[in-house]
Amino acid sequence: MSTVIDRIDKEQMRQDHPEFRPGDTVKVHIRIIEGSKERVQVFQGVVIKRKRGNMDASYTVRKISNGVGVEKTFALHNPRIEKVELVTRGRVRRSRLYYLRDRKGKAARIRERGIH
Amino acid sequence: MPKTMGILGKKLGMTRVYNEMGVAIPVTVVETGPCTVLQVKTEAKDGYNAIQVGFGKKKASRVNKPQAGHCKKAGGEGFYNIREFRTDNVEEFETGQEIPVDTVLKVGDLVDVQGTSKGKGFQGVMKRHGFKGGGAAHGSGFHRAPGSIGCSAWPGKVIKGKKMPGRMGNDTILKKNTIVVDVRSEENIVLLKGPIPGAKNGLLKIYSK
Repeated sequence: MSTVIDRIDKEQMRQDHPEFRPGDTVKVHIRIIEGSKERVQVFQGVVIKRKRGNMDASYTVRKISNGVGVEKTFALHNPRIEKVELVTRGRVRRSRLYYLRDRKGKAARIRERGIH
Repeated sequence: MPKTMGILGKKLGMTRVYNEMGVAIPVTVVETGPCTVLQVKTEAKDGYNAIQVGFGKKKASRVNKPQAGHCKKAGGEGFYNIREFRTDNVEEFETGQEIPVDTVLKVGDLVDVQGTSKGKGFQGVMKRHGFKGGGAAHGSGFHRAPGSIGCSAWPGKVIKGKKMPGRMGNDTILKKNTIVVDVRSEENIVLLKGPIPGAKNGLLKIYSK
């Protein structure tokens, strides 16, 4: 890739996110602009996918909201995200946790990963 | 061809930038000027008003003698790309002058961008002209062929301009009303919204309005 494009990307990339992987539970604080007001919405769920790349990097968070599965995909370097909080680390054996879509309740549990 | 002032550039590739609202904008990164004025053409002398500019400096050893002589007046050695821009206010320019990016393009401007599209080779009618083709299954037997290309004894020939398979791409394409997202004059870089015709490292003519 062109070094110029790399430089443009690096200017905008955020380094303030904690390290998180698929299987981890995170809280994503999203700044939402409604008219002239701005408020922060928190979306908590399991990271089921991380897409790598410079400005293209993104992650998908899944949660069960009122019995309905909800997934949101965020661009990693989006300035509208106030912060990402790591809640728990999970131990999983694959990088894309799409199997969680077919499971619910007890079966959708993820074992916790120790910090070593 | 728009008869306006412009600047030459080279397509570097695409990325995305966020605006102050936090909305991602897809952009094409273009390396532009500074372009050197090689010749000023006037209506009295040449029959039309234009300026000839050079972009992409060449080493002296790579320049042939006719071009070296032509560029000598402008103080340059030689250029990879020499193009003309039709403009009526030619008196503003003189031979040898460098045109910086920020005098031609401003952030928020609408510009027309001309490039050469990627060559696709010999292609069939589905890809080249968007024909629908036939059914894929149920024993159809008619998949990507063009079908009938005309009538019978009358007119007894295939009408001119009938859409058929052939060479596709490698055409000069003008993309109109492209928004200038950012101008970085110290780096000679312009960010244009959306895709731009052509491959990476392709020459672009950016017409300001």
